[in-house]
Amino acid sequence: MNKRKPFPWHVVVFLAPATIVYTAFMIFPLLDSLRFSTFAPGPDRTFTFVGLANYQRLTSDPNWAPFLWNAIKNNFLFFAVHMLVQNPLGLLLAALLSSQITRFKALFRTVLFLPTVLSVVLIGFIWRLILSPIWGISGDFLGLFGLEHLNRPWLGLESTALVTLSLVSVWQWVGIPMLLFLAALVGIPDELIEAARVDGANAWRVFWGIRFPLILPTVGIVGVLTFVGNFNAFDLIYTTQRATAGPNYATDILGTFFFRTFFGMQLQAANPTMGATIAGIMFLIILAGVLLYLFAYQMRLQRIEL
Amino acid sequence: MFRPARTFVLALAVLALVGAGFAQRTTLTIESWRNDDLGIWQNTIIPAFNAHYPDIQVVFSPTAPTEYNAVLNSRLEAGSAGDLITCRPFDLSLDQFERGHLASLNDLPGMEYFSAVAKSAWSTDDGSDVFCVPMASVIHGFIYNADMFAELGLAEPATYEEFLAQLQTIEDAGHTPLVMGTIDQWEAATMGYQNIGPNYWRGEEGRLGLIEGTIGYDEGGFVEAFRALAEWIPFLPAGYQAMSYPDAQNFFTLGLGAIFPAGSWEIGVFRPMVDFEMGAFKPPVPAGQDTCYISDHTDIALGVNAASPNHEAALTFLEWMTTQEFAELYGNALPGFFPLADHPVTLDDPLAQTFIDWRNECEPTIRSAYQILSRGEPNNETELWNYSAQVLSGTLTPEEAAAAVQRGLENWYAPQQGR
Repeated sequence: MNKRKPFPWHVVVFLAPATIVYTAFMIFPLLDSLRFSTFAPGPDRTFTFVGLANYQRLTSDPNWAPFLWNAIKNNFLFFAVHMLVQNPLGLLLAALLSSQITRFKALFRTVLFLPTVLSVVLIGFIWRLILSPIWGISGDFLGLFGLEHLNRPWLGLESTALVTLSLVSVWQWVGIPMLLFLAALVGIPDELIEAARVDGANAWRVFWGIRFPLILPTVGIVGVLTFVGNFNAFDLIYTTQRATAGPNYATDILGTFFFRTFFGMQLQAANPTMGATIAGIMFLIILAGVLLYLFAYQMRLQRIEL
Repeated sequence: MFRPARTFVLALAVLALVGAGFAQRTTLTIESWRNDDLGIWQNTIIPAFNAHYPDIQVVFSPTAPTEYNAVLNSRLEAGSAGDLITCRPFDLSLDQFERGHLASLNDLPGMEYFSAVAKSAWSTDDGSDVFCVPMASVIHGFIYNADMFAELGLAEPATYEEFLAQLQTIEDAGHTPLVMGTIDQWEAATMGYQNIGPNYWRGEEGRLGLIEGTIGYDEGGFVEAFRALAEWIPFLPAGYQAMSYPDAQNFFTLGLGAIFPAGSWEIGVFRPMVDFEMGAFKPPVPAGQDTCYISDHTDIALGVNAASPNHEAALTFLEWMTTQEFAELYGNALPGFFPLADHPVTLDDPLAQTFIDWRNECEPTIRSAYQILSRGEPNNETELWNYSAQVLSGTLTPEEAAAAVQRGLENWYAPQQGR
């Protein structure tokens, strides 16, 4: 009766592809980039180990720190617009799409999700044209309400460029939270809703008392996905404002700051080690955000078996 | 008698010969940021080269200008770059040479046709090594809608004061006087500040003064140039803060504006798009100044990837590029890119000829931030982009912008410190 269970080779086989791919293409490059951020080019162009000197330089040197804080500040604003506009809007659309009385649901779902599958280059190009004060239609649109005088070169002013781009990004990505919320809402058993109705709850009460608490795990996931996506963002800013992230770095987020530093720009030479350092800061911010979500949110959630 | 074996051997021999013929054909790939020039290379320059050297196949493989530096450097590091590398002027190529990516061209026959100034953008600081064959320079000035000028009875302005008065006249007539936007930033510095600036800082005198530390961006001609630039603000199109470079090009070629602060490279872009007459005038001098200065900026050259397996063929191509034939072909195929070799060249395009004629009237210089001054942090050229755009956006006064640029330079450049 001393027969040992055979080693579960099939588990290894099933785990191997994902582990190998993930290690080779995600974990190793990430660690290597962090390692690289502790090096600096010496006078003879070879890289020497400098410990955390790059991080110190990035956070305190007057040539670097203002750009870093500016990028972080802009990134948090970018994130805030998504949390305040994109996710509530996604929830609202999902609630409407899951409602009994809405018609043409499939059509609306498709149309609202469409921008998400468009190329970001296309989105940047389209919105640059729409908002262009020269050929754009934003002035004509405001003119419909007699507000033509309110039209501004939205992407060209320090005060409006970042919020405008954040809203463009919201327009592009709102389909993702909408679909996630919709899937969660549709998954709620009808009996719960019907029971609440029988008890006399109106639609408002049903939503906030029954449906919303039941999709809280999805709310958390959407929040953390937004956080990670926003702090990795780069492409929309780059396609509309180029690597200069103008005007006067008003739209510079960590991604564009990293790109400019790592690859260089026009006469500005590439600085790969400082670029890696910025990437390291991005990683730390995202890690902190994800840990906060895991420990402060997800672990406190009440699991309700439906 | 039919002998299949012999026939087979014969066939093999023929095949082998043909194969050897193919093997001798080398293919050269040219890395470039000039994607506008693809047709010219394919239809004009490469066939002309192949008329002399049919065995060398040349492929022109451009990357978008904004991505060129990043993409090229990655390819050079990875060893996947093309055989011939289009060289940006000064430090970017110098850096590639010092890293061993570009081969030295000191011994290339034909280099004697280029002046030291022409070669300066692609030589080491001490001039001992040259690593790219200069192809062309670009000249700054103003391209105008001649039909609109005629309609308003305007002539080319001789002084800056006249220029500003004309802008007012055009504005009063209900047209947009100056066509430029600031969202892409570089036009403000390149076609704005560096276009009109040399007249104020007296060309090479001011530029070399910056390098030697005898003058700063916050004094004399360099502030004057920012002040002169700020005069443009009321004459730019509505919403110019969000007008991109392609927007501005379209705006002008559609005939919606009168004057385009330009680099000569626009000639080739505008020519097929406009249905009005174009003229060009050089940056007007401040009243009372006799000597005019123009930015005749060494802009583009070609070098050899040191890791290229086709080194000999690449050198053959470069040697051909030093000839009169290439200068004439290139200057005419790309009106607005002016050959740097000292062969006499006549240009068919009258507008291009106008630009190149300024070489005989004015003192030439190059953009102030390109040599040596863009080596530190913060980068001088990047700062000029940002602050010139801010002067035009009206968010900074000329004096504030000048002081900011100077602060950035003093931050790392020893000759400018403690003056």
